[in-house]
Amino acid sequence: MLNHLNETDYGTPKRESEQEVTLEIDGNQVTVPKGTSLMRAAVDAGIQVPKLCATDSLEPFGSCRLCMVEIDGRKGFPASCTTPAEAGMKVRTQTPRLQELRKGVMELYISDHPLDCLTCSANGNCELQDMAGVTGLRNVRYGFDGANHIHSKKDESNPYFTYDPSKCIVCNRCVRACEETQGTFALTISGRGFDSRVSPGQDEPFMESECVSCGACVEACPTATLQEKSVIWLGQGEHSVITTCAYCGVGCSFKAEMKGSEVVRMVPWKDGKANEGHSCVKGRFAWGYATHKDRMLKPMIRKQITDPWQEVSWDEAVNYAASEFRRLQAKYGQDSIGGITSSRCTNEETYLVQKLVRAAFGNNNVDTCARVCHSPTGYGLKQTLGESAGTQDFKSVDKADVIMVIGANPTDGHPVFASRMKKRLRAGAKLIVVDPRRIEIVKSPHIQAAHHLQLRPGTNVAVITALAHVIVTEGLAADAFVAERCDSKSFGEWREFVSRAENSPEATQAATGVPADELRKAARLFATGGNGAIYYGLGVTEHSQGSTMVMGIANLAMVTGNVGREGVGVNPLRGQNNVQGSCDMGSFPHELPGYRHVSDATSRATFESAWGVTINPEPGLRIPNMFDAALSGGFKGLYCEGEDIVQSDPNTQHVAAAMMQMECVVVQDLFLNETAKYAHVFLPGSSFLEKDGTFTNAERRISRVRKVMPPKAGLADWEVTVKLANALGYPMNYASPKEIMAEIAALTPTFHGVSYEKLEKLGSVQWPCNDAAPDGTPTMHIDHFVRGKGKFIITQYVPTDEKVTRKFPLLLTTGRILSQYNVGAQTRRTENNQWHSEDRLEIHPHDAEERGIKTDDWVGIQSRAGETVLRAIVSERMQPGVVYTTFHFPESGANVITTDSSDWATNCPEYKVTAVQVMPVMQPSTWQQEYSRFSRVQQELLDARANVHESIPAK
Amino acid sequence: MHVESLIRMANQIGAFFEAMPDHAEAVDGVANHLKKFWEPRMRRELLAEIDGGDAGPQLKGIVMEAINLHRASLTPH
Repeated sequence: MLNHLNETDYGTPKRESEQEVTLEIDGNQVTVPKGTSLMRAAVDAGIQVPKLCATDSLEPFGSCRLCMVEIDGRKGFPASCTTPAEAGMKVRTQTPRLQELRKGVMELYISDHPLDCLTCSANGNCELQDMAGVTGLRNVRYGFDGANHIHSKKDESNPYFTYDPSKCIVCNRCVRACEETQGTFALTISGRGFDSRVSPGQDEPFMESECVSCGACVEACPTATLQEKSVIWLGQGEHSVITTCAYCGVGCSFKAEMKGSEVVRMVPWKDGKANEGHSCVKGRFAWGYATHKDRMLKPMIRKQITDPWQEVSWDEAVNYAASEFRRLQAKYGQDSIGGITSSRCTNEETYLVQKLVRAAFGNNNVDTCARVCHSPTGYGLKQTLGESAGTQDFKSVDKADVIMVIGANPTDGHPVFASRMKKRLRAGAKLIVVDPRRIEIVKSPHIQAAHHLQLRPGTNVAVITALAHVIVTEGLAADAFVAERCDSKSFGEWREFVSRAENSPEATQAATGVPADELRKAARLFATGGNGAIYYGLGVTEHSQGSTMVMGIANLAMVTGNVGREGVGVNPLRGQNNVQGSCDMGSFPHELPGYRHVSDATSRATFESAWGVTINPEPGLRIPNMFDAALSGGFKGLYCEGEDIVQSDPNTQHVAAAMMQMECVVVQDLFLNETAKYAHVFLPGSSFLEKDGTFTNAERRISRVRKVMPPKAGLADWEVTVKLANALGYPMNYASPKEIMAEIAALTPTFHGVSYEKLEKLGSVQWPCNDAAPDGTPTMHIDHFVRGKGKFIITQYVPTDEKVTRKFPLLLTTGRILSQYNVGAQTRRTENNQWHSEDRLEIHPHDAEERGIKTDDWVGIQSRAGETVLRAIVSERMQPGVVYTTFHFPESGANVITTDSSDWATNCPEYKVTAVQVMPVMQPSTWQQEYSRFSRVQQELLDARANVHESIPAK
Repeated sequence: MHVESLIRMANQIGAFFEAMPDHAEAVDGVANHLKKFWEPRMRRELLAEIDGGDAGPQLKGIVMEAINLHRASLTPH
């Protein structure tokens, strides 16, 4: 029944070598790369050697002794997992002697194992059971009355999996997975001999140890020792569907194991190229929100936000929204409405929303939440390199020699990529971290950053320019690369600029707080250490100079020749799963799909011809501009799909005031989120498990999202947008997302070669994918930059207006943590709350002591925008003068404090720098009290909702 | 629109481009950015504020230079 759930396990990892060896296994000739184990070579020859401690995601260990083989001319019975194949070897994997020995080994294992196979949760998916069968075990000579572990106590502390020591065979696969795959080193084998057992931390329960619940140990376990609780409750799945995670920008592939339309577990797919079989606590376990009781499953409408909601049919809700949008346009003008799409939506959905705005609304007032995260990446990389995307695939990091992490916290934000990066670092690559905080990767098991440039928030540009100063003035530039690949005029101007004394590390030290000597060493290492790769996150983009910093990063990569091959490059770590895709799909108000400006008549003509409309050549409103326009009375209606702007955008009170000015807010979402509290129409959204489509991750990889259950509210999100367009009088006729992708491919040169058929065949593909690159493009800018010659752009450091003062003497920076995701709408509705149930303010001991603050104290955080109250954590991860919080819980009001300061080029908010004061307090802030009242009222209006069958007449 | 915001944003754009050594390129850069990324209402309002005499003194020189030089293309139709 379960065969299709199983994948071939080659026993040991793949080896890469230009040399091959040919040998004979059980009479079969097989040729493999040098270094390949006999076990893996045997699988290539179609032979499975019995095994327990080996699996192909882990280095061979040679402990279980089941995989022994006979080799001509060699004594004994070497383990096939640890014995490399050699030319001319003659190997036998099955002989009577081997069978006897293996049976003996199995007898020992089984003598200390509960014989409860029929009621065991791993029944049907247990390697120990399989091996008992393979070795022909029929009895156990030792009996079962000796010392055993049958009554060992289970550790059920983790909400997602159970550790049952009675079923442990001490194969070490979990320990090795924690080390090799995840890189956390939380597990060990404690005790010796009979007492040997898996031990998290210092013999602690899993939840009290350093375990990050990535699930690698569970995935590696060959028995039911480490088992998902969902499998214990539901049993094994009966079919599986490959799909893509709906959390961060890594875009992991998962095998959704199903019973009918119920998910049994999500297993990381080892053929998924983004994650290669690894996962994190969110993608692996935190999918329960999809069936949470808070899901809103009925369309609803109301005239005013002070009215109770009324449940109506889909047609009534959509027709009401359409009539309101048309009324507003008739009254206030064509540009008085707009749409916002989300990086949590598929490519097909975001494409449809921007099409609806451009074709049905007749304006360019469409934006996406990338506005508030990576819009500076799109702008900065387009200007310098010619394309608004990262340059590499994730696998590229395996060939990096020096890794520079700037303004990113990959172990929390992009954990699966972080594991890959940590693996490379453990193998010897050097690490430079540029971050105000001492993030985990600065110093973690077997990893120590060579340099941590612990800069003051807001001084990124000064640091990146100083790094360039050292490289240029010390003669470390890659002159030949620059001469061949880059624009000479811009390079000459830039070289003169960065060489100025004012840009030296010594001159910038006072502003940045980075010791000049340390910065010089880091620059030298990056320029001379071999392949240099830069990975960056929102700590780069969410600044008033976010775009300038992105250009500074591109400058640094070009001047060191670190673009256009594996192991190098400029790598934006995208926050959400489809940030790249939502930008690719033309969700910005100035760009059509494929990053073509709306003012370009040729591009417009392409879409005008296909869509049968005239497209406005002027850019539309960006999200912050929409709020400003609403407050000025010029923006009255909004279609918001999958985004919670009221919680996630800065200066909450400003956003809320703008929402109150709108006359028709249509929210399409899974839950009645913060934005929906200001809505007049609610359209139920569908989770990633309920629809088809594609996501594009941070490496430009387009992967399929596949429906595993019907949409709970009856319609998938793309169907709702189609319905709304039709109600607005603009016909959309798609039978499936596949047809939408076909239209995207036809109209977008970088997507010309993308189709669902190709994705089915290749698994995933990285754009550009077209006639020039039919299988996609893992590495960009190989022979030349997309823009032709790489352009160096001057990056003058301009201090932010958000400065510390007597009144606001600290700088607040915000971010996220491993277990929660973005506004928390998904993860807050899972057991992930056990790791993080509230947002806290991290503060340095020095600043805490000055204010009389201790861990767990309530503290008020006040900025010029507002005030909120959180509990404190006193932590040396912070530098003095800098405080930090997350924004996962709406009641925390982290964005009540953040201001309207934004990036000069894109209006991306400056979340990372807010001048604040922090003081002990005794009660919630005024805003929090008002928030509680407003939320209570909105809940009452929801609870009072009626089911009406007649439509509400438009105003 | 909040005109103070528009002035601040325009000056931020000016601060980026004024670092360029090629002044003509810098002035064109400011105008081009306003044209490509500012919705017509934002441009219209800033221009009206300049015409009213209130915004000019608050704007960086390079921003005023760009607007004066490219007034026609920055004026929404």
